[in-house]
Amino acid sequence: MGETGVTDSSTLRIEMRGVSKTFPGVRALEKVDLQLKAGEVHALLGENGAGKSTLIKIMTGALPRDEGEIRLDGHPVEINTTADAQALGISTVYQEVNLVPTLTVTKNLTLERQPRRFGLISWGRARALAKQRLKRLNLEIDTERLLGSYPVAIQQLVAIARALEDDTRVLVLDEPTASLDANETELLFKIMRDLKSLGIAIVFITHFIDQVYQVADRISVLRNGRMVGTAPAAELPRLELISMMIGRELAAVEARLATSKSEAGGEPVLAAVGLGRRRTMTPFDIALRAGEVVGLAGLLGSGRTETAKLLFGAIRPDSGQLKVDGKAVKRFSPGHSLRYGILFCPEDRKAEGLVGELTVRENIMLGLQAKRGWMRRVWKDEQKRLTQEMIEALAIATPDAEKPVGQLSGGNQQKVVLARSLVAKPKVLLLDEPTRGIDVGAHAEVVALIRRLCAEGLALLVASSELDELVAVSDRVAVLRDRRKVEEMSGADITRENIIHTIAGG
Amino acid sequence: MRALTGHRATWPLLALVVILIVDGIIAPGFFAIRIVEGRLFGTPIDILYRAMPIALIALGMAVVIGSKGIDLSVGSIVAVVGATIAWRIKAGDPHFVILLTALAVGILCGMWNGFLVAVLNIQPIIATLILMVSGRGIGLMINLIYGGTDPSFESPLLQGLSVGSIGYVPTRLILFAGLFVALWLLIRRTALGLFIESVGGNAAAANLAGINARLITFSVYVISGLCTAWAGIILTADVHTSDPVSVALFSELDAILAVVIGGGSLAGGRIYLGMTLLGALVIQTLATSILMSGLPPEYNLLVKAVVVLFVLLLQSNNARDAVFTLFRRRKG
Amino acid sequence: MKERYLPLAATVTVFVALFVTGGIFYKHFFSTLVLGHILADNAFIIIAAIGTTFVILSGGIDLSIGSMIGFVGVTMAHLDSLGWHPLASAVVLLAFGVLFGACQGFIIDFCGIQAFIVTLAGLFMLRGACFMVSLDSVPIRHPFVGVFADVSIPLPDGGFLASSAIVMLVVLVIAIVIAHFTRFGTNVYAIGGDRTSAILMGVPIRRTTVMIYALGGFYSALGGVIYALYTSSGYPLAGTGNELNAIAAVVLGGTLLTGGVGMVAGTLFGGMILGLIATLIIFNGSLNGAWIMIASGVLLFLFIVVQRSLVGSFNIRRSA
Repeated sequence: MGETGVTDSSTLRIEMRGVSKTFPGVRALEKVDLQLKAGEVHALLGENGAGKSTLIKIMTGALPRDEGEIRLDGHPVEINTTADAQALGISTVYQEVNLVPTLTVTKNLTLERQPRRFGLISWGRARALAKQRLKRLNLEIDTERLLGSYPVAIQQLVAIARALEDDTRVLVLDEPTASLDANETELLFKIMRDLKSLGIAIVFITHFIDQVYQVADRISVLRNGRMVGTAPAAELPRLELISMMIGRELAAVEARLATSKSEAGGEPVLAAVGLGRRRTMTPFDIALRAGEVVGLAGLLGSGRTETAKLLFGAIRPDSGQLKVDGKAVKRFSPGHSLRYGILFCPEDRKAEGLVGELTVRENIMLGLQAKRGWMRRVWKDEQKRLTQEMIEALAIATPDAEKPVGQLSGGNQQKVVLARSLVAKPKVLLLDEPTRGIDVGAHAEVVALIRRLCAEGLALLVASSELDELVAVSDRVAVLRDRRKVEEMSGADITRENIIHTIAGG
Repeated sequence: MRALTGHRATWPLLALVVILIVDGIIAPGFFAIRIVEGRLFGTPIDILYRAMPIALIALGMAVVIGSKGIDLSVGSIVAVVGATIAWRIKAGDPHFVILLTALAVGILCGMWNGFLVAVLNIQPIIATLILMVSGRGIGLMINLIYGGTDPSFESPLLQGLSVGSIGYVPTRLILFAGLFVALWLLIRRTALGLFIESVGGNAAAANLAGINARLITFSVYVISGLCTAWAGIILTADVHTSDPVSVALFSELDAILAVVIGGGSLAGGRIYLGMTLLGALVIQTLATSILMSGLPPEYNLLVKAVVVLFVLLLQSNNARDAVFTLFRRRKG
Repeated sequence: MKERYLPLAATVTVFVALFVTGGIFYKHFFSTLVLGHILADNAFIIIAAIGTTFVILSGGIDLSIGSMIGFVGVTMAHLDSLGWHPLASAVVLLAFGVLFGACQGFIIDFCGIQAFIVTLAGLFMLRGACFMVSLDSVPIRHPFVGVFADVSIPLPDGGFLASSAIVMLVVLVIAIVIAHFTRFGTNVYAIGGDRTSAILMGVPIRRTTVMIYALGGFYSALGGVIYALYTSSGYPLAGTGNELNAIAAVVLGGTLLTGGVGMVAGTLFGGMILGLIATLIIFNGSLNGAWIMIASGVLLFLFIVVQRSLVGSFNIRRSA
């Protein structure tokens, strides 16, 4: 690691002072100070739009700052490009794996740094270099296979291996655990601990508060472009941290969560009998009744999304039956489900949920319009009225209905996806990770909305990776493991411990 | 929204106006329209008249591009339609039936493209390349059916639709106006436009919203095939012969240019029919201007390229900034 | 690991199958003589297609190839009539090709305009320039043309490798080295595979884009030079539509039009397949040019469909 590696752990590795940044119409950062010590994991928290990514982009040279200074190991530095930052030993791994899946692992690890002889790349030495880089993370994989043939977790680790240089002093990990399961996350944390023992300052951006306490030494919280505060993790209780982030009393959040359970009863609106598809989901039974929320619990890859998509017809089943109001469905497609009153809100809003260039109004109208068919267009006046109703009902924060939906924040985009389904007057609503990637405030609003919809007589299915959320909203919980439904619990049995126990295979 | 529309139309309109002003200065009487033998004559009418085939093809292209696709096969479709017309006339079909057959051939070609793109999931540029490469060959084959020695024909009906006039106005202009309005109604007064734009913007999302993305994708190529078939009828009847090798050469490129000049993005997601018509008019005005200025018609290509680049550079923020900075530095 | 070589293997298989089929149906078809002729006749298009391979690997497209071939040819012929040595004019025109391509690349990257449109403008511009140079076919009379035509390497069994084929094979080897043994080459694959990631990984996008199109310009200009020397004339309409043949050769060679996947060597076989089809149809005297177009289309169709299923088995997953 060289001489920089043996610094006293209390030394300030990087110091940002009075950093400000304004985008057209938005003050993204207002005189923000951030100090990173050598050899610490520093969690950077904040709601969506708090300024986390802007701050990081300034630190890594991806964005110019309007004012303020940056000091590295006590010396003022100029960071104007990503290359500047890399030369100074500041490396970043972004949320989405930023490698090329069609290249081999070796090529990904050595791109733009391949060892050359007489101007030509020596692939033998490049392979050795790649192996050596992976070895630092104790990762042993075939480096000649295409990166895209590995699971996302491995790709993520390869990305870290690429970001780590011998002289890396600061490593920024932007939501690195977003698509990892528990085991993979633990592996990543182990690597983070190894790295900090080498004197590297690690910035850990996440919205999983549990993980912050597992791995972070200190925590900084941003809110609305200002630094709320920095404190050692051991001295910052959860409640206080959350209140720093959302800036209101936590009691209010909890009160909303603690809505009373509704009474389940009546004939199922949507019922699956032995529904399944080979290599996707083992045949399962499930019944959704009006006025009831069924939770889908399970780890990443346990088949949550697949179950929801099978029920929606987006994945065609090869066995079993799907019954709507007792009648078996003959043809499976999102379009047919829509006509039965079944709607689905996908997990990945950007890729599967919304059409970014279309306006809020157009996106909201898509569901209803698809239900009515292309011939019977909803007239403009009615479109405007319905959109306005939804914007008010769901408190969507948008200046007007004609703004491209891609420009809204994550939470508001999620609400637009919900609005699109609600406008089509569903009987059954399938929600896949309705609170993924949205801030705590919007989270509470979405959870409250789920309860309200349920009270209005909808049948709901909520697939989620957050147990507390499931426990709070569900009347029944189906637990999935390895693409198989293993348990269904209801009433008082629905507890965090019970679900974890079932997932773990007890 | 209205401000946005204004902004979008600014540059292409400006280009058209500049060309027209230059024409007005170079050729006095450029804008004069008179009535000869009971129909309108004059350069502006001539420009409209000649722009029609490309404008028709470009309308279909605009719809395809709105769905994030592209149709490279339009020139070949014109060739196949032309060969079919000549063949059926030799075979002695009633001319009204031939008209319908020609349109059906266009739809059939569109269905083939739509099948490749929507059902086999082949990228549009490759899928339509197949018909582009083989279409003119198919046209030649059709000519061979009846010997291929003399593909010329006479057809009062088809020629009337192409070169005739109703009252003072050329028939093809009236028919174009009808088709334009029909297409506009289809796109904007049904939900088809919204569906196409949502598929062009994000096909996966549109599909999960319950839209049959496959059917929508299929339909845009059929629409393009139909528009192109109509252009094929006009072009073939105009010269009353079938010439698969050189008819509508480069028309796919002109049509794409018309869409792009009209502000359409090849990345899909939006359909601008009116702007596309404007784009086609810019292209034809340019061609006519070159012809009138006495330059050999071959220069048309060169000037077209320069204008296209100019329009695109104006639309590019980066280039505009660069010019702006340079200008300021000079001044300062 | 081997999955990367599947498209190339498929291309070679199709080529061999076609060649053997020809040998079964026609006497003297399966010979080095025919092979040598196919190589010589299609050398210029394969050379241009090699440059296009880089462009397509990077996720772009170059439509200006055919016009470049025409422009280079007609200008060379014109310079010949002014007394230039063909080699001297070739050097100047190759430099022009590089410059022209570089300009296209710069505009594409700097202005953020689709490659399709920029190179389309390039197509129009160069074809227009052809007509400015000459409206008619111009012969090249310099004795060097004869020397060029006489150079050949004999192959076993009576065939020979013409000078145009030799040039083609040499520049193919150079292209393979560039593609697989230089940083530039790997960057081309990276940009085509995932542009955003490539930017984040520090690939110099602008410089690479400019170089890609400059390389494309060089190869298509070289194709034009070879075509002019091979036909010993320049014609302003020469090369019309050759951009399609070049793209078809690249696709038949196993390169994905989406970029990131493919091999330069495949383009040689892709171009040879097209040449083989044309030769087969000429051997069958009763068929005419229409069949060449249709057969190319059918083959393109079959290949694209097969390629799709192959790529499906690649299991290239995108991260969330």
